[in-house]
Amino acid sequence: MYRAMTATPLSQIRNFSIIAHIDHGKSTLADRLIQSCGALTAREMKDQILDNMELEQERGITIKAQTVRLTYPAKDGKTYILNLMDTPGHVDFAYEVSRSLAACEGSILVVDASQGVEAQTLANVYQAIDANHEIVPVLNKVDLPAADVERVRAQIEEVVGIPADDAVEVSAKTGLNIEGVLEALVTRLPPPEGNAEAPLQALLVDSWYDPYLGVIILVRIKEGTLRRGDKIRMMQAGSTYHVDQVGVFLPKMTPVDSLGPGEMGYINAAIKTVADVAVGDTVTLDRTPAAQPLAGFKPSIPVVWCGLFPIDADDFEKLRDSLGKLRLNDASFHFEAETSAALGFGFRCGFLGLLHLEIIQERLSREFNLDLIATAPSVVYKMHMTDGTQEDLHNPADMPDLAKIEKIEEPWIKATILVQDEYLGSVLTLCSERRGIQMDLTYVGNRAMAVYRLPLNEVVFDFYDRLKSLTRGYASFDYQMDGYEESDLVRISILVNQEPVDALAFVAHRTVAETRGRAICSKLKDLIPRQLFKIAIQASIGSRIIARETLGALSKDVTAKCYGGDISRKRKLLEKQKEGKKRMRQFGKVEIPQSAFLAALKMD
Amino acid sequence: MHWPFCLAKCPYCDFNSHVRETIPQERFASALRKELAHDAARTGRRPLRSIFFGGGTPSLMDPETVAALIEDASRYFDAEPDLEITLEANPTSVERAKLASFREAGVNRISLGIQSLDDASLRFLGREHSASQAIAALETARSLFARVSFDLIYARPGQSLSEWSGELDRALSLASDHLSLYQLTIEQGTKFEALYRQGRFHLPDDEQAARLYERTADIAGRHGLLPYEISNYARPGAESRHNLTYWRYQDYIGIGPGAHGRLTIGDDLLAIRRHRAPEPWAGRVEQGGCGSTEEIPLSAEERGREALLMGLRLTEGISCAAFRTRTSREIGECLDPRILDAALEEGYLTFDRERLIATREGRLRLEALLSALVL
Repeated sequence: MYRAMTATPLSQIRNFSIIAHIDHGKSTLADRLIQSCGALTAREMKDQILDNMELEQERGITIKAQTVRLTYPAKDGKTYILNLMDTPGHVDFAYEVSRSLAACEGSILVVDASQGVEAQTLANVYQAIDANHEIVPVLNKVDLPAADVERVRAQIEEVVGIPADDAVEVSAKTGLNIEGVLEALVTRLPPPEGNAEAPLQALLVDSWYDPYLGVIILVRIKEGTLRRGDKIRMMQAGSTYHVDQVGVFLPKMTPVDSLGPGEMGYINAAIKTVADVAVGDTVTLDRTPAAQPLAGFKPSIPVVWCGLFPIDADDFEKLRDSLGKLRLNDASFHFEAETSAALGFGFRCGFLGLLHLEIIQERLSREFNLDLIATAPSVVYKMHMTDGTQEDLHNPADMPDLAKIEKIEEPWIKATILVQDEYLGSVLTLCSERRGIQMDLTYVGNRAMAVYRLPLNEVVFDFYDRLKSLTRGYASFDYQMDGYEESDLVRISILVNQEPVDALAFVAHRTVAETRGRAICSKLKDLIPRQLFKIAIQASIGSRIIARETLGALSKDVTAKCYGGDISRKRKLLEKQKEGKKRMRQFGKVEIPQSAFLAALKMD
Repeated sequence: MHWPFCLAKCPYCDFNSHVRETIPQERFASALRKELAHDAARTGRRPLRSIFFGGGTPSLMDPETVAALIEDASRYFDAEPDLEITLEANPTSVERAKLASFREAGVNRISLGIQSLDDASLRFLGREHSASQAIAALETARSLFARVSFDLIYARPGQSLSEWSGELDRALSLASDHLSLYQLTIEQGTKFEALYRQGRFHLPDDEQAARLYERTADIAGRHGLLPYEISNYARPGAESRHNLTYWRYQDYIGIGPGAHGRLTIGDDLLAIRRHRAPEPWAGRVEQGGCGSTEEIPLSAEERGREALLMGLRLTEGISCAAFRTRTSREIGECLDPRILDAALEEGYLTFDRERLIATREGRLRLEALLSALVL
């Protein structure tokens, strides 16, 4: 049954997203809005229905954008269509966030009335301001004893820089004043604009793989009208598809005949994989295409890379399959086969950021039951060669001969850290140890907001963990990419008996090379079991040794007794050991169990 | 000759031993004789260098059985004039009283399972005798036999260098010309394995074990007993000829439950294994003359590995010529050349036209050396 959409006047449509820090109650608020608009019966209501991936629910973060169309009879007597666009809450998905925001005219900024503004919220709210959003501040959890409405209201004005005297005070948990939020959406957000007769321009906001329907794409119609049966064209990719179905989320997928300007909905068009469609592309009609695509398209490019290797070598094919399946639903990560002398066969994978990396790794282990080891994350370096060419380097093991390199550039980020005053000192020390440059430092009540420029390379190297432990988990951190700069970088190789262990090579600034090289050597010394021969563990830059450890030979390994004449048993034991050596890596005259390298990587 | 019965199972021992309320002496005596006759018929007359009654606890055998088996063997084979006939005995008073009759039966060498001269340690090791009983048994044995050896277990939990030095000094003052000195190891399926896993006791670490081993060799050497194998010490000429046969990878017949043999039949070198459980073994022998569960011809590669595994335990190492004859291979073909070079350089091995020898440093790390070296 296709529902004929009554053509809703643009003036009665509102498109909005919700911006919030993890745990500040975004999903709960979304649930309440859905519930009070009657989109779901109580029985159908499941807590936090927008976060439908198991991992999203568990970690309380949104990975893929979701949307829902609500019908709200407002106090002015008119019935409004409210399209809620849920956005990923993390900077790794900044581009997806920016596309989601571009699909709306306004945002709700949810702030926990006891916690206050967090760094992550700031980054997203600035993006919303950049997207010309009207912003409605909402103070959540006002029913809690620890709530300090006035302080947080002041904080929003000072830190975020938007007026907050008319912030809506709610408790999403108890349902207090949800009506106030809905009224604010209707009265304070601008309606969308657009012309139903113009050539179609629809922004591709998201896409995902549905095992029954294939690829589903989520669009926001800017201009024109999209109908079932149309032949559409992706303006950047150039590909064309027949539209089998258009529909809206109520929040259940519900087919409709057409979508007009200002509306959000989905298209099902026999698209095979999400890699075929790019977030940010413009969907138009093949027959009467728009003259121009919508502005702001950019392909998503991985900024953090690492090697993923199966702990059990037999899982290699399973890993390949699993990565392929994940990519069906997430075109933003990349993978290519890689062989490591130390770790065997695996894949070099590229991610949008550290959280993205962590999520993919966790999904591989959780949904596909794979036991994996990841090499230290690497950023993408720009290598300017002496012959004038330029290369991107994302695997330290591939670093070319230094003599051929004119200069190296590394990516920088602009990081925002919000932290309690008492921990500020150690955070500032950490940032300067990591070559950070302070851009700004302001106080808001008992909290400080430090803005730093940092090399991303320093942040992928255990920065989060250090920050967390230095501040007992209280610091909030966010960053955005901030260009490339030339730097004095070196590749540090780790050598075992003079042979490089490819998986442990890393790139670092010259000033910290020796310290880090020494740390890894000493860690390996503890992890490698003593062998028949002594083992030299070294760190080097080119041919220069910068750190060295020697692991002595084992002092005794002999069975006292030989079972009276039972030589078979000893021979079979030896033959079994030979089998077991498939898990060993040969370094000159010693064989080192792969587990030692795995342990070394795990400790990072 | 494997006698599979013991009065009690020692917590460290993983040998094929069984405790029975009453031991069916006659049945096992005739089964042993029958299996010996069966193998003798296959081999024909060959030189006989040694007989070893091991176990289990062979001192629980009737001396008549021992006598009959010795007589049979001497009849089937060409006994060398100085035929070595060893019997393992426990130093309890009952067994001590039987030593004279074993001499009557033809035994000319006794190996006593003394294990320790410290009463607390003997209890820990689950032994049925005391230190003074051990000394008494040793004195009796020495008065009856020209060749007496005994076993001690060291590197026990918490054992210090000086404690062990004192115990070993006393043992050496009581010894004649041969000692087996084993470091305590935890074997699969033993009671000690369970206790060790539960953390009920700890063993000396590798470095302490290495110090104890070196101290052992020093003290034994001062008394004129030299290590001719990893754990065996003898005055030159007093080595156990029987055990040398294993280590030199020569032919031996194994009779009895769970016994192993290496026997040349025609062009084949057979690895022979008898049924481990006493009664089923006896049943098989009674039906078909022998209790074998496996008789497998060994490939040249397997022979090479076995010869290396055994021969490098010996201080004398491996004779290249004997290796070639026995395995149809050159020693060099059986070794990883990189590890060989490194081991020679490190001083773990010496290798010339005549012999491949693991040095003392090499023998101390023999398992790691073999597992890397042997192809």
